[in-house]
Amino acid sequence: MNVLLVDDEVEFVTTLAERLEIRGMTVRTAGDGEAGLAMVADDPPDFMVLDLMMPGIGGLETLKRVKASHPDIPVILLTGRGSTKEGIEGMRLGAFDYMMKPIDIDQLLKKLEEAAELKKD
Amino acid sequence: MLNKLKPAFWDHEDAAAGHYRRLFDFRSLWFQAVALTTFVVLLPLIFITIAEYTVTRKAAEDEILLRTSRFVSNTRRTVAFFLEERRFALEFIVRDNRYDAVSDPERLAVILDNLKRGLGGFSDLGVIDASGRQQTYVGPHNLEGKDYSGQDWFREVMEKGYYISDVFMGYRQTPHLVIAVRHNLPGDRFYVLRASVDLERFKRLLSQLEILGGGSAIIINREGILQTPCDQCGKSALEKVPFSVPEFAPHTRVLEESVAGETLVIGYAYLIDTPFILVAIKDKEALMQPWYHTRRQIIGFLGLSVFFILAVVVGMATYLVNNIYMADRRRVMALHEVEYSNKMASIGRMAAGVAHEINNPLQIIYEKAGLIKDFFTFKPEYKDDPRLLELVGSILTSVERCGAITKRVLSFARHQESALEPVRIKRILGDVLGFVDKEAAYRSITVTLDVDDDIPDFLSDRGKLQQIFLNLTNNAFSFIMEGGALTVKAERKNKRWVAVSFADTGPGIPAKNLERVFEPFFTTRSTKGGTGLGLSITYHLVQELGGKIKAESELGKGSTFIVTLPLDPGKKEA
Repeated sequence: MNVLLVDDEVEFVTTLAERLEIRGMTVRTAGDGEAGLAMVADDPPDFMVLDLMMPGIGGLETLKRVKASHPDIPVILLTGRGSTKEGIEGMRLGAFDYMMKPIDIDQLLKKLEEAAELKKD
Repeated sequence: MLNKLKPAFWDHEDAAAGHYRRLFDFRSLWFQAVALTTFVVLLPLIFITIAEYTVTRKAAEDEILLRTSRFVSNTRRTVAFFLEERRFALEFIVRDNRYDAVSDPERLAVILDNLKRGLGGFSDLGVIDASGRQQTYVGPHNLEGKDYSGQDWFREVMEKGYYISDVFMGYRQTPHLVIAVRHNLPGDRFYVLRASVDLERFKRLLSQLEILGGGSAIIINREGILQTPCDQCGKSALEKVPFSVPEFAPHTRVLEESVAGETLVIGYAYLIDTPFILVAIKDKEALMQPWYHTRRQIIGFLGLSVFFILAVVVGMATYLVNNIYMADRRRVMALHEVEYSNKMASIGRMAAGVAHEINNPLQIIYEKAGLIKDFFTFKPEYKDDPRLLELVGSILTSVERCGAITKRVLSFARHQESALEPVRIKRILGDVLGFVDKEAAYRSITVTLDVDDDIPDFLSDRGKLQQIFLNLTNNAFSFIMEGGALTVKAERKNKRWVAVSFADTGPGIPAKNLERVFEPFFTTRSTKGGTGLGLSITYHLVQELGGKIKAESELGKGSTFIVTLPLDPGKKEA
């Protein structure tokens, strides 16, 4: 499984990457939307975990562009704010699901599995 | 009774008014309005009434004086005429008859008879010669030969030519008066013709003159001896009148004298050339009766007017001040609601900011700890140290707890905007009670949540519900003593209503305060930081949701606040 994590909080994203790798996944990380998009263009991942609050072009814009170029990559959104509004907006734009920070790794794994199931179909 | 009439503003004390307290002193405002209006309205009314009173009284009194005066004048003429008539009759007799004719008893008897028939009032007739001896006498008594030479009247008639006596008893033993005229004969000789006049005739004359207002006309002499009986003063002829003899005046005069507690109007006139004074006595009270009637009307009218004016003034002042009071209450309420919701919004934003900022480092701690845990789980070299695993586990648990808090705060802040959305009452109550978990634990307060399963999700405003429940919970917590309990129950009342009750084990609310708990600024905790706004804002929030709130309480046992919410907010209660 090839996962791309996009989040500006480097400490968080690297640790999460390592934890996923321990669980046998191939993980790449990006610090902002543009870097993430470049990686998608370079080598499309199987899944994408995308933070909504980021400097630069931001999560929703990144999501739009990914969905435009690679509509079949499931994107799981992370939101740090209490609002579900952005999450719902993201779902409308084609995100697979959204999770509120702080996230639990088991829940994330569950979501990824669900996405994998869906992709298989 | 009086308490029910008391308007709402009467006992109002605005704790929040501070320096501007005078501005909000509705009671003195009311007093000012009433006093000023009453003054402005009543002053002219009273002034005019007093003027009217004085004028009509003066007119009535003048009328009495005028009438009395006119009556006395008329009567004087009548009485004077009566006496003069008789005097002239005697003059005529002495001129018409020679001395030897009048001194003839037979002839004199004829003359007396003629007088009785023609004029009336005469009872006897006598001829007295210059020496004072009565030569001839006709009448009921035997007075022939009587000597009058030493008597005053005889001297007076010799000097003046005629004489009219006071009323006296004399030989006859009945009150009468005497008229005498002198007639000169050739040479220095003269004789006197003397006649007695019945008092009956005199009395009849006066009693024929009726006096309006129940007075009476009497004749007195200059010593104040009654010449005719006085019914008014209850005295008969020859007694003294109860008032002082009025001083001489050439014309009719009217004066007032108070006799034995009664005010008498006394009109009098001196009858010239006689010892008599004609007096008309009237009871002033009786004369003033018509005016008293008018006075009663004036005073009655004034009283009624004053009563109605006062009633209207007080009513209007109360109504207006009460309206101002109500408007002021609403204004203050609105002001504080805005202030309160602004405060809540600021707190919400601040909490959200803090929670969000904490969230990221929390996430990092969480991931790092998770990674350490992963090492223990996945790498065999760490696997056998259960103590480290336990440590990491506890870090993770703590972070999870922090995360739960930040999530809750964030979700609270999120619902500041007002919008109807499907809500699950159990979840909201759980969230709200979660805020007081720690406090409850510290103070050993048992919090029980009991939600019926048959309550469906329904459309409502989550933010407002949270605020309502949080306010009620905080309110309960501020009254519950250590070791007490808060029982929150949600049950479905019927198809359309769900009731949420907050029952505490506080000291309870006295009945007199129970109906005031939802009033703004009503607080019993003002010294402990209560603003008196919590419940009133709660009340308004519940109303905005189309619901109802009521308070029940039993002193010493606790209070229960019951919020009833519509399951369908669009449908108003029928």
